[in-house]
Amino acid sequence: MLDAKEKAMLQEKAKELREKLIQVTYNCGGSHLGGALSQMEILVALYYKYMNIDPKNPEMVDRDRFVLSKGHGGVGHATLLGDKGYFDPELLNEFNKTGSPFGMHLDKNKVPGVDASTGSLGHGLSIAVGMAMGARFKGEKWHTYCVLGDGECHEGSIWEAAMAGAHYKLTNLTVFVDRNWLSLDGNTEDVMKLEPFADKWTSFGWRVITIDGHDFDKIAEAIEAAKAETEKPVVVIAETVKGKGVSFMEGEIGWHYGGLDDQTRDKALEEVRKG
Amino acid sequence: MAKATGLTWTVADADSMSQAEIYGEVLTQLGGENEKIIAMSTDLAKSTKIGMFEKKYPERFINLGIAEANMIGVASGIAATGLIPVVSTFAVFASLRAAEFVRTDLCYQNRNVKIIATHSGTSFGQAGTTHHCTEDLAVMRSFANMVVIAPADSFETAHAVRAVMEHDGPCYIRIGRGFEPPVHKSLEFDYEIGKAIELVEGNDLTIIATGVPVLHAVEAANRAKDQGISVRVLDMHTVKPIDREAILNALLDTRRIITVEDHNIIGGLGSAVSEVIAESGKACAFRRIGFKDEYSIVGYPEDLLHRYGMDADGILDVIQEVMKAEFEEDEDWEDED
Repeated sequence: MLDAKEKAMLQEKAKELREKLIQVTYNCGGSHLGGALSQMEILVALYYKYMNIDPKNPEMVDRDRFVLSKGHGGVGHATLLGDKGYFDPELLNEFNKTGSPFGMHLDKNKVPGVDASTGSLGHGLSIAVGMAMGARFKGEKWHTYCVLGDGECHEGSIWEAAMAGAHYKLTNLTVFVDRNWLSLDGNTEDVMKLEPFADKWTSFGWRVITIDGHDFDKIAEAIEAAKAETEKPVVVIAETVKGKGVSFMEGEIGWHYGGLDDQTRDKALEEVRKG
Repeated sequence: MAKATGLTWTVADADSMSQAEIYGEVLTQLGGENEKIIAMSTDLAKSTKIGMFEKKYPERFINLGIAEANMIGVASGIAATGLIPVVSTFAVFASLRAAEFVRTDLCYQNRNVKIIATHSGTSFGQAGTTHHCTEDLAVMRSFANMVVIAPADSFETAHAVRAVMEHDGPCYIRIGRGFEPPVHKSLEFDYEIGKAIELVEGNDLTIIATGVPVLHAVEAANRAKDQGISVRVLDMHTVKPIDREAILNALLDTRRIITVEDHNIIGGLGSAVSEVIAESGKACAFRRIGFKDEYSIVGYPEDLLHRYGMDADGILDVIQEVMKAEFEEDEDWEDED
C-alpha cells in the first residue's frame, strides 16, 4: 500500500517524466509517444518505489531485473533511466542521432540500466523467464519484472514463454501487460482478437490481476499481491490509455509514433503539467 | 580464440560412438567440473543426447517442450545471470525456426550460450527435408559474434564442446545424428577454435572440408595419391572465424581448391573459402561440393553423401576435373617453381 506522501511523489514523478518525454521527442524528431505514455505509471511505480536497484551500480548482482518486452517504449524507459541517474540525462539530447547510444529500441550494451535489448516483439517474456530461472538456479532472491504490450501478445512466442513461466511456477517473475487496446494498424480486437484476454492467461496457468494501469494505488496493490504469491506467476493486465495525459494523443493510433513541432509540444507540455 | 586446454578425458571406445553420444558424455563431464552449466532441450533430450546430462544433473536441466524460439530466449535470460546455458535441438530448428531469437537474444546481446545442433546436414536422411538442415552454416555465419563449428568426428566433437566453454560468447556446433566413422584415431591432436587441421599433406590440390565429409575427403586424397596426384586435406572444423592463413597457404601452394560440406554450396564453407580467395587477388581453380541449391531426397545418409558427390567417389571425380585446369606462366605463383 502507498501512503499519501508516496502516492503524491509517484504522481509528481509521472508528471515530470511525461514532460521530459515530450521534450526528448521534440528534440529527436519523433518517438513512440503513445505507448511510452500508456506504460508510464507502471514503470514509475517499479523504479521509484518497488525495485531494488542502484543507478550508480547498474550491474549490482542482487538487483531486481526489468525487461521492457514492448521495446518501442524505449524512449520512455530511457527518459526514466536518465532521471534516475543511470547516466547524464543531457545525453538524451542525442536520442535517435547517428552514433548515439539511444535509438527507438534500447541496447543493453550501450545504455546503463537496461537488462535486455528488446524491440523485436515477443522476445522479452522468454528472456524474463530465463532471468527468473537463473535467479532460482543460483538461489538468489531478486525479482524479475517484465512489461508486455497487448499487441505484442499476438506473437506466438509470448505463449510459449507463458507456458514455461507457469510450468516452472516462476513466482519470482511478475508480468505487466500494457493493455492500451491499440497496435499500429488499429484496435487490437479488429487487427487480431485478443479477448477473452484474461481468460487466456488464466488458462495458461497464471494468476491474473486486472487493474487501472494509471492508478498508483492499484498498481501498488498488484505488485504487492504478486510478490506475496507462492503458487503461480502473476500477470497484471493494466488497462491503460495510449497517449495518456495528452488529449490529442489519447486513443489515437496516429500517435503510436510521432514528432512534435513548437505548437504541439507546447500544448502537450501544458496538458501534462496540469496532470 | 580460446584453446582447448586441460583435456584429460578419454573414452576407450570413442571411435565406435556417434558424435552425439560423445557430446553427451563430454557435456556431462563438464557439468561435474563447472556448476554454471545449465542444459536445455525442447522435448529432444534423448535424441540429442543432452539427456545424459539430465540423468546426472536433473536439477540443472530444463525441458522447454516443443518450443525452440522460447528456449533460445530463455537461454539468453539465464546467461544474463552469469550461468552458461548449453541448448540442444535439431539443427534445422535451432538455426531456422529460432533464427531471429539466436540473432537478437544471443548474438546481438553477446550472451554466453552454446548451441549444440544435432541431426545437421542430411544426417537424419530418412526423415526427409523437413528434418535435414543444409542452411545452418550460412545463417549462423551471418550473425555477428557467433562462432560456428562443424566437427568431423566424435573426437573433434569432444574437443569442440570443451573448447567452446572457454570462449565467452555465443557458439554454434553442428553435429550429425548417427554413427559417423572417425577421422582421428584418438584425442591426441591439437585442437584450437579457428585453426584448420592439415590431415593429409599435398601440393597439387587442396580439399577443404568440414563436418562429416572430412573423412571422405581423406579417402579421396589417399586414392588420388595412387593416381599420382598429391592432395592436401584441410579439416576446416571452424567455419567462423575461418582460418584465412591455411586457405591462403593452400592457394599459393596448390592453386587448386575444392570445398566439401554437407550443406548448400551457397553461404556455407564454400562461400567462406571463396571470399578469402577472392579478397587475396589470386585466382585459382575452385569447385564447391555440396547441395547445389536444391533440397536433398530421402535416403540413408551414406547413400545421400554418394548421390550428391560428397563421398570419396564424388570428390575424386572433381579432383580429376580440377587437375585438368591449366594455368598460364606467372612468376607470382609458388607452384611454378
